[in-house]
Parts: sequence; structure tokens; C-alpha cells
Amino acid sequence: MTAHNPDETERIGVYVCHCGTNIAGIVNVEEVATWAADELKERGVVIARDYKFMCSSLGQELIEKDIKEEGLTRVVVAACSPHLHEATFRNACGRAGLNPYLCELVSIREQVSWVHTDKVAATEKSKAVLSGGVERVIHHEPLEPLRVPIHPATLVVGGGIAGIQSALEIANAGFPVYLVEREPSIGGHMSQFDKTFPTLDCAACILTPRMVEAGGHPNITLLTYSEVEKVEGYVGNFTVTLRKKARCVIEDLCTGCGICQEKCPKKVIDEIYEAGLGFRKAVYTPFPQAVPKFPVIDKANCTYFQKGTCKACEKFCPTGAIDFNQEDEFLTFQVGNIVLATGYDLFDPRRVSQYGYGRLANVFTSLEFERLTNAAGPTNGNIVLRDGVTTPTAVGIIHCVGSRDRNFNNYCSVICCMQSLKFAHLVHERTGATVYNFYIDMRTAYKEYDEFYQRVMEEGTLFVRGKVAEVTDAARLPGEEGKLIIQVEDTLAGKQRRIPVDMVVLSAAMQPRVDSKEVAKLFGISCSANGWYIEKHPKLDPVATMTEGIFIVGCAQGPKDIPSSVAQGAAASARVLGRIQVGEIALEPVRATVDPDKCSGCRICNNLCPFNAILYHEDKMVTEINPALCQGCGTCVAACPAGAISGTAFSNDQIFAQIEGLLMINFGLDKVAVLG
Amino acid sequence: MTENFEPVIIGFTCNWCSYRAADLAGTARVKYPPNVRLIRLMCSGRLDPTFVIKALANGADAVMITGCHPGECHYIEQNYKALRRYLLLRRTLAQMGIEPERVKLVWASAAEGVRLGQEITKLVEEIRQLGPLQWPRLLAGDGHPAEIELAVEEVAA
Repeated sequence: MTAHNPDETERIGVYVCHCGTNIAGIVNVEEVATWAADELKERGVVIARDYKFMCSSLGQELIEKDIKEEGLTRVVVAACSPHLHEATFRNACGRAGLNPYLCELVSIREQVSWVHTDKVAATEKSKAVLSGGVERVIHHEPLEPLRVPIHPATLVVGGGIAGIQSALEIANAGFPVYLVEREPSIGGHMSQFDKTFPTLDCAACILTPRMVEAGGHPNITLLTYSEVEKVEGYVGNFTVTLRKKARCVIEDLCTGCGICQEKCPKKVIDEIYEAGLGFRKAVYTPFPQAVPKFPVIDKANCTYFQKGTCKACEKFCPTGAIDFNQEDEFLTFQVGNIVLATGYDLFDPRRVSQYGYGRLANVFTSLEFERLTNAAGPTNGNIVLRDGVTTPTAVGIIHCVGSRDRNFNNYCSVICCMQSLKFAHLVHERTGATVYNFYIDMRTAYKEYDEFYQRVMEEGTLFVRGKVAEVTDAARLPGEEGKLIIQVEDTLAGKQRRIPVDMVVLSAAMQPRVDSKEVAKLFGISCSANGWYIEKHPKLDPVATMTEGIFIVGCAQGPKDIPSSVAQGAAASARVLGRIQVGEIALEPVRATVDPDKCSGCRICNNLCPFNAILYHEDKMVTEINPALCQGCGTCVAACPAGAISGTAFSNDQIFAQIEGLLMINFGLDKVAVLG
Repeated sequence: MTENFEPVIIGFTCNWCSYRAADLAGTARVKYPPNVRLIRLMCSGRLDPTFVIKALANGADAVMITGCHPGECHYIEQNYKALRRYLLLRRTLAQMGIEPERVKLVWASAAEGVRLGQEITKLVEEIRQLGPLQWPRLLAGDGHPAEIELAVEEVAA
């Protein structure tokens, strides 16, 4: 074996927790403690105790007392997972004057007593796990957390309701925010909706005051029609480079009067805001309440940009605000934290070809239907067929289109049931048509949601439980001519049904943004295989990410409704504000460092770091690691052929020692190590 | 090979996924055999192949390497580097006369406690079949493996 505790100066205290009966029910904790006291004496263990609840204040005091009275220099606690109580025992050591990083917590609960049934084997394994910890702790070094100052400004990416909420919370607390939005106006998907469930508040009525507040807030720099190009740096000090696309409108001169939009001769189908149902001009604001009020010129459709003549907007602009020569601007600024509120895309129901979207005129997506019902939409709020005049007499609403379907997305899109119920209510209220809802399961779990479901049922909406097989215009039975026929297995009645309707609405799934993976890479956060951003902890830390200083809110993290998006927006802001108030953040000192004397300048490590923490000094021919950028994964440590890179808290010595410790006991078999 | 051979397996886990999967397996009281002993690394990318060799040299019969699923790495892409090293390592082990099956790579997300337990159970059973790692015999004589028939895999590095 390699040299451990060479001068035998370390005095190690071992503490084995019963955790009530959680551990002691399976593991003979007294035996483990006695064994450690006897067998690990020569490894430096001077004290080994077992105690009912090590994490209790009495348990912690036991450790503190021993550190002071017995002069312990290292502590090993065998208890639960370090993800639960590592901080507890480190703090106890700290209080007794021992550097917190000289404490090691090994798990004999999650990894032993809870997963094994054989008491003897579990006790033996606990000894092995403990001895691994003892060997490892000998090689621990006293460390100090890295302290990083926090820049007071925050970047919020995405101007939907989640991003607006987040920006307002921070701005109202008195700190600067850059709110960046890709589209010409903030507002996001919510601005396209008509009513919001379950209260049927008008979406615009509740959203636009927030938009106006964000647009005029002295602490918010609103950057619409802009995209983040580059993010460098780390928590507390990110450098953000942003492309502000040319609006061809001088914001300082524009009054938002709208004459340019009136005079522009070019009509364009509005694929984004009107979901392809309505038109806008080549110079436009997406909707009347847009914030900011300045229009943009859509160069791809503008007659002047395409053919070289027109300039009607320039001619009629009363303030001379049109500037065809404007170019994209690049802005660079510093922020301390970043909130990503990039939202979702709607699933393209063309992919479910049997539902006929794109082929059958009167099959609509949920977003199209929102625009149909919106008083500011293309039909002034009249629910009519694609011909623009006919009011439907029967409407079928299909749930789970592209969600809960192994061909597309396994997950539930959360909002579709409630959204479909809202549609049913609106159809009922405005047209008196018969409404069918085709559902797999009704999911109305939230405050006042189920009451809304009851209400819609009482209004007479018909519910058919079953996944729709097909929507077709091929009539087979009398009464089906000229209708769309929904073929479905009614699983409650236990029979196949053909239901003729005039209009079909597909409650399409929420999907991650098509570029969500690129955006994740840009900001250095992780993404699930689907493309949803991954939170630090699914329950206890749902808005932070594994990358310090980057938070995720709203649908970028997963499908959710408006109240949850708003709650997350506010939650992330609370986290950001907490950091700004403290002014600095303590980071785990798990970092890689290069010994310049050992580095041969081979540059093998140079391309391994996704955080660009590795710098090569051409002049000195050695590599250096920026400790602030380093996230501590240790990949470069493992790659260095010269052993010049060491990983703090996870050094080769520590891991080798732990391997040796773990293998000291081999189920009583006397294995001889022939190497090492 | 003894009748009741119980292999000892060292498992390297990633702090962000598989170690949490092991925690979750515990919380959910998933049962798996006690033959595996876990070491926490910050990332599967930290896995220096010498850790594996060291574990085998010190008496482990097999090594399990676990990390986040491709595309889900906490450090963006370091699990791919672990995958590369793993493939090379298996080839190196085969050249040393060690069955490459003694080293296994498993992707397990923080939510996959049940699956991690199943993978451990499976590996323990596979190694029970394979028998103990026979260093002394392997290294006897001219260094050529004597009795164990080698399944040298063609590994795309």
C-alpha cells in the first residue's frame, strides 16, 4: 500500500450514526464503531463512537467536544448521504475550530441499510465504506470556500410573463435589469391568448399593465428584437454580448403613431403572433398594445429592401424616424446573474397526420383557436370556420395532441386539459354549438381548476374518454356529408364512435424551443433529452441550475401554466436578490489547478474544458486554469499525462486512498493485492 | 472458483446523477446486493483510468462506472470523455488479459434509482458467473493469460 498518514500525526474521530433504527435496524453500528476503534487504530483513529442521531445538536456537540478535548485533526461520520448532512457536520467541525473540509461524511444509510437486507453483509459493507472514508480523510486538505463578488445587474432572457415578472421583481427592489426579447415586443405567448383559465380573466387586461410597467421601469433596460450572442464569465461577473437587430426605426424619434403601418402597402401573413390566421404589414408592431411601441421593418418582406423602391413609410413618417440604413448593433454589458425565461414552442400537429391539420381546413391548433376567440384577433373574436363567416354548430376538442404519446412526447403538457375546458366554455358561450372534449384522462389539479371542470360539465359540454383515432372528411353515414368526422373509441361506453363536427381544435403539446439545446450550450446549463432545461433539484431547487448564477423560469424548465410561471419568475428573482444583497457568493472550492513546474505544455487538456477555464500561456509554454471559471468536474485532472493538474477535494491521492480503504475488507476472503 | 463466490465491485458515481440515483434507491428502499461499494466523483469525466486499474489491483473483481446520460451531463459534455476513456480502457484491459466485462459503464440519471439498483444486481450476477479476478494466475509465467479464455472485444475507440 502507498504511504498513509505517514508520520501518524493525524488524529481521526469516527462517528457511526444509528439514525434511530434506519441504520441500526440493519447495520450493527456498535460493532462497526468498535471495529473502527480496534482495526483502524494504526490508521490514526483515536476515537470511534456510535450515537443515536449524529445530526442532532447533541450528536454535533459530541464531535465538537472531541475535537476540542481529544485534539482531533480529522472527522469521519458514517451516516446518511452527504447531500443531506455534509454541511451539518462540516459546520460542527468549523464551530470547534477544525477546518470544515477535514470532515468526511460516508453514507451507510442510503447505500447500505436502506438497500440491503442481510445484516452481516450490511455490517461488513459499512466497515468497508467507513474505512474508505478514513483513508480518504487522511488526504484531505484544509480549504477555504471561493468568494466571488456579485455584479448588481441581472440579465433576463425572454419577455413572456415569467421573464416580465422576474425582471419587475428585481427592478422594484432597486437593481438594474436587462430584459432581452427576440421578438419586436414583450408579452410572449400570454399576449396571444384571449381568456385565462380558470377565472376567465382577459389575458391582455392582466398582462398589458405588467408589460407597460416593465417597458417604462427606470431600472429595466428593455432590449427587444435582440438576441444574446455570447456569454462569458461566471457567477457574479458574466459578460454578455447581445445583437440588437436593426429595426430600421430610430427609437428616439418614433412616437409609435402607427402611420407607417397604415401606409405600408405590403401585407404579410403573421405566422407568429396571429398563428398564420391574420395579416400584418411589412413594417409592424405585433399587436396594438406592444411594448415597446416602436415598429420594426421586416426586411425579408419589405418592398424597398426586396425591390429597391417604395419607402412609403419613410415618406409618411411625421418625425422622420425611418432609417433604412440602420445596422445590427452589438452591445456588451456585465451582469451578476442570469434568468432564462425562454418559453416554449407549440407542437406542430401536422406530425399527427391522421388528425388532418394542414389538410382539412377546419382543423385548428389551440393557438389558432386562441386568436379566433381574441377580440383583437383576425375575426374580432368570432368563432368561425376557416371560410371566415360560418359559425360551427358542433366542435370537437382533442386533448393530448403530441403529449402523452410515445410517438411524440411522453410527458403531459399540463395546461391542455384546462385550456380545452376553457375552449369548450368559450364555444358554448359564444356560439351555442355542441362541444365534445376527447380526453385520455382529465387533469385539473390546481386551485379552482376542478371547479371549472364541473362548471363546464354543467354547461353541457360532452366528454368522450378515448384517444381519437382519426379526423376525416370521408362521409360514410347519413348526416356526415360536409362534416369532419371524429373516429374514436369511447372507452367508457366500450364502443367505437363516429362523431360529425364542423370544427376540430387540437390541444397541441408544449415543446421545448427548437433551439433550446443551442441556448443551453450558450449559457452552459444542462438540458434533458427532450430539450427542457434541468433544474438543480427537482423539488428543493426548481429554479436554480447546476451552473451557478443561471436560473430557469417558466416553460423553459418544463410545461406549466401562468400562475406557476409567475411564481417561478418571482422565485428566481428572490434568489438573485439575495445574492445581490449579500454582495458575494461562496463557492465550493472544488477546483482544478496546474502545477506549472510539472506542466509540459502538451496541451492535451486544452480542448477538454467546456467552460473555457483552461488557458495556455504561449510565452511560458504552460497551461493555467482560471479558478473562477473552473466548475470542478475534474476531466482535465484525469487527462493530464504528467499528473500536473490536481483536483482540489477530489485529488488522486484521496481517491486512491478511498479505493484502498474500501477494499480492506473483502467478505472475509483474504485477497492479496499483487499490484499497487 | 469457490462455490459461493461473492464478488467485490467498486462503483464510481457522478455527484449529480448516479450518486443521487443511489441516494434515491435508498430513499425508495430499492434492494440490491451488498457487493458494490461506491465512490463519489464530481463527474464521470474525473474518472482516471488508473482508478479502475487501482481498484482491480487492490482486490475488486469488477468496476462499475456511472455517469449522466449523454446530453445530460452537468458539465455539458464530460460524460462523452468518460465514454471515450472507457472504450479505450476496455481494450487496454483485454490486452492485459482481464476480461473487459469486468468494467461496465452505466448511464443513470438522478431519477433512476430503480434502474441503478437493477444494473448493480445484473453486474453482480454477471461477475459471479465470471468468477474472481485472477491476478496471480494471470501474471504468472511469461505474462500470458493461462486459463481464462479472453473475450477480446473489437472496440471502436
